Amino acid sequence: MKNTDRILHIVAPLAVFGALAWLLAFGVGGYTASLLKGAAITLMLAVSSLVLATVLGLLGAWAKVGGGLILRSIANVYTIIIRGVPDLVMILLIYYGGQRAVNQVATSLEYEPFDVSPFLAGFFSIGIIYGAYLTETFRGAWLGIPRGQIDAGKALGLPPMLSFRKVLMPQLLRSVLTGYANVWQVLVKSTAVVSVIGLSDLVGLADKIGKSTREPFVFLMVVMLFYLVMTIVSERGFKWLEHRSDRWAA
Amino acid sequence: MNFDLAFKHWDLFAQGVWMTLHLTALSLFIGMMIAVPTAFAMLRGGIAGNVAHGYVYLFRGTPLIVQTYLLYYGLSQFEVIRDSWFWRPPSYLRKACFEDFLYWKICVADFIPSLRSAWWCAVIAFSLNSGAYVAEILRGALKNTPKGELEAARAMGLTDKQVRKLIHLPSAIRRALPQYGNEVIFMLHGSSVASVITLQDILGTGRTINAKYYVAYEGFLSAAFLYLCITYILVFLFRAVERHYLKHLNIAEPSAKRGWFGRTVAVPAR
Repeated sequence: MKNTDRILHIVAPLAVFGALAWLLAFGVGGYTASLLKGAAITLMLAVSSLVLATVLGLLGAWAKVGGGLILRSIANVYTIIIRGVPDLVMILLIYYGGQRAVNQVATSLEYEPFDVSPFLAGFFSIGIIYGAYLTETFRGAWLGIPRGQIDAGKALGLPPMLSFRKVLMPQLLRSVLTGYANVWQVLVKSTAVVSVIGLSDLVGLADKIGKSTREPFVFLMVVMLFYLVMTIVSERGFKWLEHRSDRWAA
Repeated sequence: MNFDLAFKHWDLFAQGVWMTLHLTALSLFIGMMIAVPTAFAMLRGGIAGNVAHGYVYLFRGTPLIVQTYLLYYGLSQFEVIRDSWFWRPPSYLRKACFEDFLYWKICVADFIPSLRSAWWCAVIAFSLNSGAYVAEILRGALKNTPKGELEAARAMGLTDKQVRKLIHLPSAIRRALPQYGNEVIFMLHGSSVASVITLQDILGTGRTINAKYYVAYEGFLSAAFLYLCITYILVFLFRAVERHYLKHLNIAEPSAKRGWFGRTVAVPAR
């Protein structure tokens, strides 16, 4: 192991973890619990919108690869428009515009309109945005599989579903992994933007507490370190997964 | 929906577009200035290399909006900074103005980055962020330069400095073009964060109009439409540049396979 590698992969992560733990324990004076709650909300938002994005990505990829003209055009318009608009614009549009739309639909159907919470708006907008990116990831992975593999499954007499599960799926997972990890890393950072519509996630809380205690730097530093920890942990996790999924590969 | 509002206030939106483009271009330019030495330092290793790695690690691992907050709100916590020139230039510099410079009044203090102004904070935060991303892209491209290319350059009698400047860097920049295009669009989208710290960029204008007329869609939809247009203009520009500069590499896929809009806007690689 080279010296630089050692510093990069062992010393730096330990320093980041240590600094975060120290700040949470001694630096933020009594706000530890609420900061941890905010971190939990950020995590929940990230994971739940990843689920939505995955579902949308699978649907979009299926529509692009196997759908007819109409489905294909819908999927194309979806990915083209969403990838051209910043996440912040999308979030504001869904939060304010979405509330207006809910009110209009609900009153015309004579239901009681419900409030669109910041969490819900963030969940939908981040899910929809990264669904568009994942559509491309999944489509690319599908197109990357040689057609011969499908024929081979047929030649072995496997029923279509079994062939999909045993022949195509493992290969798909393997080639999707890098792109998926990428999208996750960017998605996590995107959750910070949801604080703009008033969600009490880690960023929103740190901003509020920092302003009231007149120590904004300390609290924003906690946020920075938290996101760094997330990045480091997910990088390691995905690296392990990649390593694992490559076990059978030459 | 009433889009007359957007047309009625086209001048505001024009100013917003100008601010967004100005901010993005300036940040990308300064970012490039930071990225080139950082990428070389990362390749070489040593203490400078570790520092460079740390910088890239920090700025790529955290959200842009938090970096901007840290600069804009966070630094004001320290009295040292509040008392320094970077907070408020000294009075003799504020008074040193050219009254009739062509048509404008230009002061020396305008050119000192002031951490009190949202504009400078946005420029500094975005430049540092972009610098980190571009440095990582460049590092990958520099590292993947074929050894033979550099050996050939050295065999021609070029010094190390000349090799870096004339062969290594230009060749790496060419191969990094597709990823750099992604980064440019990422920065364009990221610059919408400026509206959170009160700057009137495209999104800021949209928010102003929404607040002024108490509407929910019009301002944001107009902003979204403008971002969409700028994004795809940039995409086509980069496609043209790539087609020109990467002709010899044969890696530019035929656009028939990629589709008109396919794979052009992607998340930046880890």
